[in-house]
Amino acid sequence: MMRLLKRSYMSLIMLFLYAPIVLLIVFSFNAGRSRGLWGGFSLHWYAELLRDQQILTALRNTLVIGLSAAAISTVIGGLGAIGLYQLRRKGLRQAMLSLANLPMLNSEIVTGVSLLMLYAAMRMELGFVTLLLSHVAFCIPYVVLSVLPKLRQLDPHLAEAAQDLGATPFKAFCRVILPDIMPGVFSGFLLAFTLSIDDFVISLFTTGPGVTNLSITIFSMARRGISPKLNALSAVIFVVVLTLLIIINLPNFKQQNKKTRKEIPI
Amino acid sequence: MQDHLIVLQDLRMVFGDGYEALKGVNLYIDQNEFLTLLGPSGCGKTTTLRIVGGFEKPTSGDVLYRGKSIVNLPPYRRNINTVFQRYALFPHMNVAQNISFGPDMRKEDRQKTARRVLEMLELVNLSGFEKRSVKTLSGGQQQRVAIARALINKPDVLLLDEPLGALDLKLRKEMQGELKRIQVESGITFLYVTHDQEEALTMSDTVVVMRGGEIQQIGTPQDIYNEPKNAFVADFIGESNIYAGTMVKDKRAIFLGCEFNCVDKGFGQNVPIDVVLRPEDVKLKPAEAGIDGAPQGTVLSTLFKGVHYEMRVLVGEDVVLVHSTHAREPGAEVLVTVAPSDIHIMHKSDYVRENDEEEEGLM
Ligand SMILES: Nc1ncnc2c1ncn2[C@@H]1O[C@H](COP(=O)(O)OP(=O)(O)OP(=O)(O)O)[C@@H](O)[C@H]1O
Ligand SMILES: [Mg+2]
Repeated sequence: MMRLLKRSYMSLIMLFLYAPIVLLIVFSFNAGRSRGLWGGFSLHWYAELLRDQQILTALRNTLVIGLSAAAISTVIGGLGAIGLYQLRRKGLRQAMLSLANLPMLNSEIVTGVSLLMLYAAMRMELGFVTLLLSHVAFCIPYVVLSVLPKLRQLDPHLAEAAQDLGATPFKAFCRVILPDIMPGVFSGFLLAFTLSIDDFVISLFTTGPGVTNLSITIFSMARRGISPKLNALSAVIFVVVLTLLIIINLPNFKQQNKKTRKEIPI
Repeated sequence: MQDHLIVLQDLRMVFGDGYEALKGVNLYIDQNEFLTLLGPSGCGKTTTLRIVGGFEKPTSGDVLYRGKSIVNLPPYRRNINTVFQRYALFPHMNVAQNISFGPDMRKEDRQKTARRVLEMLELVNLSGFEKRSVKTLSGGQQQRVAIARALINKPDVLLLDEPLGALDLKLRKEMQGELKRIQVESGITFLYVTHDQEEALTMSDTVVVMRGGEIQQIGTPQDIYNEPKNAFVADFIGESNIYAGTMVKDKRAIFLGCEFNCVDKGFGQNVPIDVVLRPEDVKLKPAEAGIDGAPQGTVLSTLFKGVHYEMRVLVGEDVVLVHSTHAREPGAEVLVTVAPSDIHIMHKSDYVRENDEEEEGLM
């Protein structure tokens, strides 16, 4: 009886969480225009999507911004993580780390507004550049957070061992440190990319006329009345983001499996 | 000065937090020497080693290498290699890639390097392991890879920081022999760090005993064991009895409430001294033997230790530790005798022994 109750409770939660998305995906394949009536299976709206110039431009912007923001924030955040890791004074390191993480806890709207004010103060014209800069800014802490644990796992003497064997500090970094923290760097990159293509609030504040990404485009189109095209577009974005998240978390799952396996006494 | 391979001149090291880890270390190391830094935890052994390796810059003082100062040379320009305490093998490389890292950095001929890797693996008894991932190796095997990775560079000096610390007792004994063999075969100078006195005494040509950032004594293992310069060295090197005493005149000392003949001279008359007796040098005689001037005591405890019995004898307020193959019953009255040449007299030092329990934990 208890079990039945537990199960149905879980199912209810799942239903509540996933019903809208499932509905969205199902109706993106609907042949008719209606959002309530099933008119047969069709890829019509997906084809429509590919013909819509506005959406294609937004898609291109999103991808360009996403990839560049991810690349730039990975470099900056990765180097930042190494800098933090090498700080000898513990108090200072903690302070710097908290400072780096703060923007993640900050509400997006505050980040958006403050960036907007900054650009205004610097008399920067809102547009592609400010959009990119904003995305870089909010992605950096996530990269730091995914690289730092990998650095902490390293034997602290690895870099010294490489130098001991004749490698300059730069070579030691490329040949010994980088390959070992690569998984962290990679997941940092993917995380940054995911966050960037997913972002709406900060983008809305920091972009200028003429430059829009997908989320802003969807928002403005939805205000003009929801077209089933948007179902298709949202479904695509959902699947892409879901895939990326799974890839990012894959190593964690594997590690957890390994750990539980190891814990079984022999 | 020119003929020593490495000379450490008045090395001082003050860390950022104001802690003075080295307080003026002077030391020279000769070609082909196996020199060991020995001392309790925190005495500055690792710090000294890291300065020689180039990973740390001394606050003041100089490191001469074949007569030239190298303190400003980065580690990758020194012909010195290190075996790190926890090996620091490169986890994403296999055994052969780890070992060939040094030659690759110097852009040496790849085929020649591959041959040398096999030679090195043979030297450390790991033939056939070249393709293995280092993560799958046991502690002892990782240790050997670390040694091979250092030796392939034909360094003039090899620095080893407690290289056997993480191994179990049996493997440690085995590796001690191996390391000594490798050192003799390769003719490379070893600068070795350990806090295990037995390891230091069995492997080294020269032992340097350190304490609190200062060198206490430099000498051959025999010197250090038989002629400790002060109470600290005597205590650290092995279980010993240390008593406060007085040097009456040359070759006459008072301790344990009696006057003894000894062989030491030149301390002056009526000077306070420390006296060290090794437990195996103390002989117990039955109280009835009636030897003039030998202190009398009561056996407190007798413990069988495999090769010998360990006995504690109470003499006045002092306890004498005795190792002997001949057991005495607890409670027995005995006379304590020591041959004059086994009485080690030292200048009084500020060293105060920690209580016995802690000391046993250390051994
Ligand atoms: N980077 C550092 N900053 C501050 N203090 C340090 C630093 N490195 C070492 N010390 C201090 O210097 C002293 C000597 O350290 P060192 O590592 O040389 O000791 P050790 O003889 O190697 O000891 P152990 O046997 O425990 O390895 C210690 O008290 C240690 O805390
Ligand atoms: Mg140490």
